[in-house]
Amino acid sequence: MLWNTIQLALREIKRNVMRSVLTILGIVIGVGAVITMVTIGGGATAQVKEQIASMGSNLLMVTPGKRLGPGQSSNTVLFKVNDGEAILRDVSSIAAVAPVSSQSIQAVFGNQNWSTQVTGSDNQYFRVTNRSIRTGRQFSDSELRAGAAVCIVGETVRKKLFGGQESLGGNIRLEKLSCQVIGTLEAKGQNTMGMDQDDIVVIPLRTYQRRISGNQDVALFQVSVQQGASTDKAQRDIRLLMRERRHLSPSDDDNFNVMDMKEIAKMLTGTTQLLTALLSAVAAVSLLVGGIGIMNIMLVSVTERTREIGIRLAIGAFEREVLMQFLVEAVVLSSFGGLIGIVLALAASVWLASMLRVPFVFNAGIVVIAFLFSAAVGVIFGYFPALKAARLDPIEALRYE
Amino acid sequence: MIAFSQMDNQSLIELQGVTKVYGTGQAAMHALRGIDLGIEEGDFLAVMGPSGSGKSTCMNILGCLDTPTAGVYKFKGIEVGKLTRNQRTRLRRFYLGFVFQGYNLLNRTSALENVELPLIYRGVPAGVRRERALASLETVGLRGWESHTPGELSGGQQQRVAIARAIVTEPAVLFADEPTGNLDTARSRELMDLLTGLNRDRGITIVMVTHERDMAAYAKRTVRFLDGLVEKDEQNGRAT
Repeated sequence: MLWNTIQLALREIKRNVMRSVLTILGIVIGVGAVITMVTIGGGATAQVKEQIASMGSNLLMVTPGKRLGPGQSSNTVLFKVNDGEAILRDVSSIAAVAPVSSQSIQAVFGNQNWSTQVTGSDNQYFRVTNRSIRTGRQFSDSELRAGAAVCIVGETVRKKLFGGQESLGGNIRLEKLSCQVIGTLEAKGQNTMGMDQDDIVVIPLRTYQRRISGNQDVALFQVSVQQGASTDKAQRDIRLLMRERRHLSPSDDDNFNVMDMKEIAKMLTGTTQLLTALLSAVAAVSLLVGGIGIMNIMLVSVTERTREIGIRLAIGAFEREVLMQFLVEAVVLSSFGGLIGIVLALAASVWLASMLRVPFVFNAGIVVIAFLFSAAVGVIFGYFPALKAARLDPIEALRYE
Repeated sequence: MIAFSQMDNQSLIELQGVTKVYGTGQAAMHALRGIDLGIEEGDFLAVMGPSGSGKSTCMNILGCLDTPTAGVYKFKGIEVGKLTRNQRTRLRRFYLGFVFQGYNLLNRTSALENVELPLIYRGVPAGVRRERALASLETVGLRGWESHTPGELSGGQQQRVAIARAIVTEPAVLFADEPTGNLDTARSRELMDLLTGLNRDRGITIVMVTHERDMAAYAKRTVRFLDGLVEKDEQNGRAT
């Protein structure tokens, strides 16, 4: 009997292709949206996690200036090189400290120019940021001490300025400074915030201070904590040390910040996941609206087919058979809509993933859930119209015009 | 299942003092005011009467689509008024055939599928179903028209599909509500010959509502309704 009912339902759907398509459109869009959102969100989360893993391990960032509340002005006291030396010397379990100052500068080579981030630091920088030299070499001690005109370039800069040419030994101009390329960096890709980490030129800090910023300041320190040691403790110790060096009284607020990069990254992961959940919820609402669409069309269909229902009831269909017929019709329709939605969503996800440069992570769970949900929508929203059909009085229904 | 063991050898259909009242109080409308009627197996009954005389109401009750307000309707000895809606559906499914006024075929559905419909509800397997539906269509002279939908058939052909659908289950009783209502005289006569043949050769009991005296003449017996009562009940002279 069930097979007969399904055949009947399929026959009825085929008979009204246009109406059937319009009916399931809502479900198609709903299921498609939910799966696309969850898939893209999953991809983004996976990407963030991967980036956290690729980030320098146990990285702390020490920046000057206090966290500003409303109405507060900052009288930022900048760092000097010896602040970094003190951290490395006085705080236990520190693996490396890199002083970092940087600004955006137009880099020129021949007739090529490219605006990039010029960073003044030392060889510790490569260690704390988990970068490695691909070709050439690091800075030598004498170059660092003397502030020599040498630089190490990131992959993006190398490509933009040198293209296919050999970059090592080439001279690039950074404002008034002309420096020789002594090394290139391994490509690293985008960071969590979507910034290109390869768009960078590293020069010795001394060179940066003398030839670019013209002062002795250091913008921030990047600190790498020893493997296995507590970053929390290091964070606390650095804070105490800096307070002491800056002669802050117990009532003073910190006029610097010690941030754990991993915490920031974790927060970002959380944000991504929250956003995914939020978008999926919105998409789920559209699935609900799709269900109401099905109910609408099924109700219209019941009214339109009143005579047919009357005939069926009169020639010997049980109430439950008419109920089943309409219910099966609704479920077949909505499941079909779900299937189309799944196919569309997978296509859209692959496309969107490549557009947004996030990995495509196939989530079988959500596909199954979305399909079951679409079938359930058919049952729930098909039940009322089906009941209405089954309860019709055959005499009245036959008389219906 | 209904206790069909109750069935005995009395009349196939028996109405005793059947009344039907629609509405209540001042607005009450007495459609039937006490009908006594017996129909034997193999009978061919023509029901006549002006509109509003209660013949449609009576047909609905006889067809187990409706129940009397008072009085007793026994079908094969079973009191229909005491059955549930599903039990009455079962009676219709296994014992009754209907030719509704205005054909009432399923639109956009082939003649064959229309005729198969009652068999689907009887749970007849697809192969047998098709065979019987084709045979039924052949009986009404529509061989070769199986795949046509009602929209592609003439009025007379549609009416014959409706008859094929009603007789495909080999019902005990065939109810026909103005089967010739929309047909010209020639087609009407063809149809009446068909019904007469079914009654004679298959032994199907037929109850037919008609307005036309000519058509009523094909039946074995004519029952005339007036104001919710049986006014006249007589055997026809030219019973075939």
